[in-house]
Amino acid sequence: MMRQVRRYNVALLVAAALILVGCASQQEPEPAAQPAAPVDVVPVQSQPAQSQAVQAEPESTDFDSRSRPLMPTGRILATKFYFELDQARLSARDLRLLEMHANILTRNRDRRLVIEGHCDERGTREYNLALGERRGNAVRSFLTSAGVRRSQIEMVSYGEERPDDPGHDESAWSKNRRAVVIYR
Amino acid sequence: MKKVIWWAVFASLQGLDALEIVIDRGNDNPIPIAVVPFASSNSTGDISGVISFDLIRSGQFSPIEKENMLSYPSQPEDVYFRDWRILGMEYLLIGRHLSRVDGGITVTYRLFDVSAEREVKSGEITAPRDRMRDIAHRIADDVYEEITGIRGAFSTRILYVLVENIGTSYARYKLEMADSDGERPRTLFETSEPLLSPSWSPDGQRIAYVSFETGRPSIVIQELESNVRQRLPSYPGLNGAPAFSPDGRELAMVLSRDGNPEIYTMEIATPARRPRRVTRHVSAIDTEPGWTPDGKSLIFTSDRGGRPQIYRVDLRTSLTERLTYHGDYNARARLLPDGRHLVYVHRREGIYHIAWQDLETDEGPRVLTKTSLDESPSLAPNGTMLIYATQDQGRGILAVVSIDGQVKYKLPSSAGDVREPSWSPYLDTLSATRGL
Repeated sequence: MMRQVRRYNVALLVAAALILVGCASQQEPEPAAQPAAPVDVVPVQSQPAQSQAVQAEPESTDFDSRSRPLMPTGRILATKFYFELDQARLSARDLRLLEMHANILTRNRDRRLVIEGHCDERGTREYNLALGERRGNAVRSFLTSAGVRRSQIEMVSYGEERPDDPGHDESAWSKNRRAVVIYR
Repeated sequence: MKKVIWWAVFASLQGLDALEIVIDRGNDNPIPIAVVPFASSNSTGDISGVISFDLIRSGQFSPIEKENMLSYPSQPEDVYFRDWRILGMEYLLIGRHLSRVDGGITVTYRLFDVSAEREVKSGEITAPRDRMRDIAHRIADDVYEEITGIRGAFSTRILYVLVENIGTSYARYKLEMADSDGERPRTLFETSEPLLSPSWSPDGQRIAYVSFETGRPSIVIQELESNVRQRLPSYPGLNGAPAFSPDGRELAMVLSRDGNPEIYTMEIATPARRPRRVTRHVSAIDTEPGWTPDGKSLIFTSDRGGRPQIYRVDLRTSLTERLTYHGDYNARARLLPDGRHLVYVHRREGIYHIAWQDLETDEGPRVLTKTSLDESPSLAPNGTMLIYATQDQGRGILAVVSIDGQVKYKLPSSAGDVREPSWSPYLDTLSATRGL
């Protein structure tokens, strides 16, 4: 049963990824990370109701003792997603990780998520607030398209105001261009 | 090119939080002037240093050191023009302080044209004793206007955000207000959450800014006299970039309540305070509104063409035109008081500079700054200088550059990172100068 659910979600992931790729403009080609999606995906038109029954049961293995989200393997699931300069496009790897977050959130409808959007320090502060919001929106759109209720998600953009790394070089900047998901 | 560099550290005089000023001026032809130490009936402190420093910062004057003066006149009958001609002075400023029985102080000054050997301007200012710096700035304004024909902007203030312990979990954000020379800083509001985008009302009595104090961005209007703060109703998403209209009745702002950032205006004089949407461009970022001097249009940043560029929208007709075409990142524009010249953040080869552009010619932007990561340009009310935020050795500092790019000075703070400067309009810090 678990296998089915995951295959269904992979289909959604691919669909959402296609939508995002379609929306993105002036992008470099998608990195060759796509093979992770199996070829025998279930058609996209599957009804969400089909999987709701199996998802209704919260799984105690979704979080560790410190309330951190877990992968099916039991490892801690990444909560930070990084972006290129001026961009708000999620990588294929991040989409796969967010898919796992979506699974956790659809199984745990009482859990809420805060998405923070962030930028590096370059450029103007108000424009960066808007860019951070766009990054947060990319995460939110993916999660809601994967079945997470909009009411489960709050979003706030901090622009360049809350850097993870206070440095002033590319190493720091690449850590600061991020969206962060925080479970509440 | 020969550079003249002044170092003037005032921090030790006014406490550690004061800004230090470092001036770097091109080798043009500043006007030689002697600002003679003012005579004082008691030890009220000499304001000639403050006046000199204002004139130096304008880049248009080169006051001589008082050690090099041959005499120290304080009244017209003591002036020997030959003493000042020998020194190559074009102008001479003398003055005196008089203590009053009511505890106030009266300062008189006289400005002379040395080659013409005549007095060209004089004045008398009375104020409480703790307003000595205001008096000095007022006299500097008078001198500047008499000689250059341009109204002085020394009696102005700057707002900025000071961040202490940046990059730590106990960072403090302080909204600060200081004199235009960085002196007399005081904290208007303080929080552990980000503050940004401070701006002045046109009468200089109120300010607006963005505060994350509730965990979400909201626009706050604060009265400077009473310190009464009022948070505007905040909407889901962004609430940012407040800018008062030239008549002070409206606030332009950015809201993303409809899904993406759009420009709005709001009547703040009426109780209803309903935002009126100006831009309609789904999926684009529209932000950083600024008013044209006539209040009829807004300029703003938009990436509707794929990259951030500056646009202007007519508020009545909604007709929108693009103003910048050079480069792939132009943002946070402000118009000079003439409405014809634009300053904004311009990215060139990955470096963020402040640039200047004449809207009536096809010339591209002229880069004014040599620093990097420059942002938040804010113009002095007379349009001769602008203040902006930049980085120096990994710290956020403020810097000022003249609109011709010739004069530059830095205002670092010893207290932390400083950013988001906003230069005030003309202020009535004192009653008008009375001629003698």
